Amino acid sequence: MYNKGTIIPGLIIFVLFVTFPIWFNGLKAAPAPKPELPPGGEKKCIESVEYMRANHMQVLNQWRDNVLRDDKRTVVEVEGKKYRKGLQQACMQCHSNKEKFCDNCHTFAAVTPYCWDCHLTPKEAASKEGTR
Amino acid sequence: MKYAFSLLAVTALILIAGLGSQVPGMQYLFGVVIPYLAIMLFIGGFVYRIMQWAKSPVPFSIPTTCGQGASLDFIKQDKLDCPTKPSEVVARMFLEIFAFRSLFRNTKSELHNGPKITYESSKWLWLFALLFHYSFLVIVIRHMRLFIDPVPFWLSAIESVDSMLQIGAPTLYLSSVALVGGILLLFGRRLVSRHVRYISLSNDYFPLALILAIAVTGILMRYFLRTDIDIVNIKKLAMGLVTFSPVIGAKIGSIFYIHLFLVSTLLVYFPFSKLMHMGGVFMSPTRNMANNSRAVRHINPWNDPEIKPHSYAGYEDEFREFMVDAGIPVEKELTAVKDEA
Repeated sequence: MYNKGTIIPGLIIFVLFVTFPIWFNGLKAAPAPKPELPPGGEKKCIESVEYMRANHMQVLNQWRDNVLRDDKRTVVEVEGKKYRKGLQQACMQCHSNKEKFCDNCHTFAAVTPYCWDCHLTPKEAASKEGTR
Repeated sequence: MKYAFSLLAVTALILIAGLGSQVPGMQYLFGVVIPYLAIMLFIGGFVYRIMQWAKSPVPFSIPTTCGQGASLDFIKQDKLDCPTKPSEVVARMFLEIFAFRSLFRNTKSELHNGPKITYESSKWLWLFALLFHYSFLVIVIRHMRLFIDPVPFWLSAIESVDSMLQIGAPTLYLSSVALVGGILLLFGRRLVSRHVRYISLSNDYFPLALILAIAVTGILMRYFLRTDIDIVNIKKLAMGLVTFSPVIGAKIGSIFYIHLFLVSTLLVYFPFSKLMHMGGVFMSPTRNMANNSRAVRHINPWNDPEIKPHSYAGYEDEFREFMVDAGIPVEKELTAVKDEA
């Protein structure tokens, strides 16, 4: 073998790069997230759990376009209860705790949705009310 | 037809994974066994190929010289294109690896009426390659968020820059668009340019078709075929794989298994194909040698150590009498040698 001095370190760097997740995690899998169910005890959402887990972001995006761009503020009805379309108006009426519901999975999956660039969490909204 | 064969092969792979992963119990094969095999073959094959290359001797000093070599003081040396010092070689290699400098120098020969031949600078290959490779790199780095926890700041930063246009939800990644664009351009180049099409083989089209399929399945999974695509379940599986405690938990849509199977195929295919240019770019003697053969003697490793150097003086000493007999001029005459003795 020729040029051992450069090739062996090069190969070691390559293997370290490829196995990055193995030594970064140190063989410890992170605990799976457990989003908190609505504290009010509501059991039914607008769609099934599987659908909501996979598609909630697209639903919210659709709602955003409906309400803000097309002025279609239709009402969503679940089990006879009526909600106005919107993250705070509908979703967070039941899933009231952003930190324990939204952030739980989002932190695990390293997703940073830009909802909160404009929206306030119920907690923040309450503190804003207080200061006004 | 060669490209049709490649597309067909990729279609077959998609069918295998799409149908196979739907058979009960086969999720473990497609989600755990094949990915493990693939990554082992990838690392093992990669190291093996590099070791094979490292064992191959370089008999001659063969750097490609693309500029003025080191000469007299008043002649300016082109240090990047004709390096003589290790530092210059490192600079040349760095630009080759990170900026694909040799593709930038690409010229295209064309025959015009006259007949007249022209050599025009052709930057397309360089541009497409740059687009393709860098977006692929960003995508690989981005995927690390599914394998590690906690996700470090720099990884989230790369992701937020990549999705800075905030189109749709989940947000559109610029690198996805750039990757698909880059592959289509590289693929199209092989079809449209007659010269390149003539020399293109199945093993040129296949990796492009495979990577295109990987990109397309990834995009479909993220934006369109979201049935049973819960990122939390996918991350659980991915984290299980890298912590050696894999579990197939909740149901994951077949588009995920297709994507994963195609990536596994790419990993297995990688070390045994032209894709090894990833490691080969470091090992290319025409790039990584210094053009200093006039200053430093390049010893051919093939040389038999038993064969000693034989100077002309020594040669003449050995054959002087015969040379004089045959009338061949010699540097030292027979009488002069006798006088010395």
